[in-house]
Amino acid sequence: MHELSIAQNIIEIVKENVNEEDYGNVKSIILEIGELSGIVADSLQFCFDAIKSETPFQNAEMKINNIPFKLFCNICKSVTTNTIGTCLCTKCGGTDTNIVSGTEMRITEVEINS
Amino acid sequence: MDIITIERKVLEKNDEIALQIRNKLKINKTFAVNIVSSPGSGKTSILERTIESLKSKIQFAVIEGDVQTNFDAERVKKYNVPVVQIVTNGGCHLDAKLVKDALDKIKLKGIKFLVIENVGNLVCPAGYDLGEDHKVVVLSTTEGDDKPLKYPKMFINSSVLIVNKIDLLPYVNCNIKELKENALKINPNLIIFETSCTTGDGIEEWCNWVMMNIIE
Repeated sequence: MHELSIAQNIIEIVKENVNEEDYGNVKSIILEIGELSGIVADSLQFCFDAIKSETPFQNAEMKINNIPFKLFCNICKSVTTNTIGTCLCTKCGGTDTNIVSGTEMRITEVEINS
Repeated sequence: MDIITIERKVLEKNDEIALQIRNKLKINKTFAVNIVSSPGSGKTSILERTIESLKSKIQFAVIEGDVQTNFDAERVKKYNVPVVQIVTNGGCHLDAKLVKDALDKIKLKGIKFLVIENVGNLVCPAGYDLGEDHKVVVLSTTEGDDKPLKYPKMFINSSVLIVNKIDLLPYVNCNIKELKENALKINPNLIIFETSCTTGDGIEEWCNWVMMNIIE
């Protein structure tokens, strides 16, 4: 539901990081979105496409790399992927775990046609 | 083709402002919670009960977030507590900038406990740091015992779960044991309280936890 404001944030960050004369040449904005970021990738894509004509990045497309939710278990020392987002180790059932990945919401790169 | 490496968090502006809020509260020795839940779980009722119990011991301030109306601020005002209402006009969550602006309207000196009541929504508020010490998620028994599994991010990001409306347990299809097991599967470190704002059950335990966290 908040993907529209996220899309606006992304546009602002790209503006800050790209020279103004290159705005029209931005070809793609590359993101990392974690499974547990609270963002629906399709919805973010939809929102970006809906507003981009009102921004300097009319020629840009958004590329989203999905990052799986992974846990490190401090008890059995294994890294497990847990699709339903629980913080229990799926190998030993341990509760002493740290989230390794899956909460990302990051702009990693911008591609510019030169 | 040129590639510019950016490596920036999308919500970094929010997180920067949240850090400013956190520092400001820390300097002022104000303990802050961000109460989150679906609409109608009883966030405001819990707040009212908490103010009734602790008002003689500590000074409160309240920031109310709602999509429309100032109904909640009016409810809190009756207790002579400083309150600022944020109306998001459709926005589904509070962000740090809104909270910072609201906080600027409160005389913080002497305030020991700041309660930020977020917009009723179990999804979007999970991602936004408001500078609070803890997120407190409220889940009422009428919502069912499976909600922690359906909305994991909120439960992972919260430190406390208040299971509210326990007086309705005989009438609703909610297994509280399963509810708690589901919540602890998502976040094994959750501190859980069971409350009813109708009977007052469990409010004392929750208030004791608040008092433990107050900075002298």
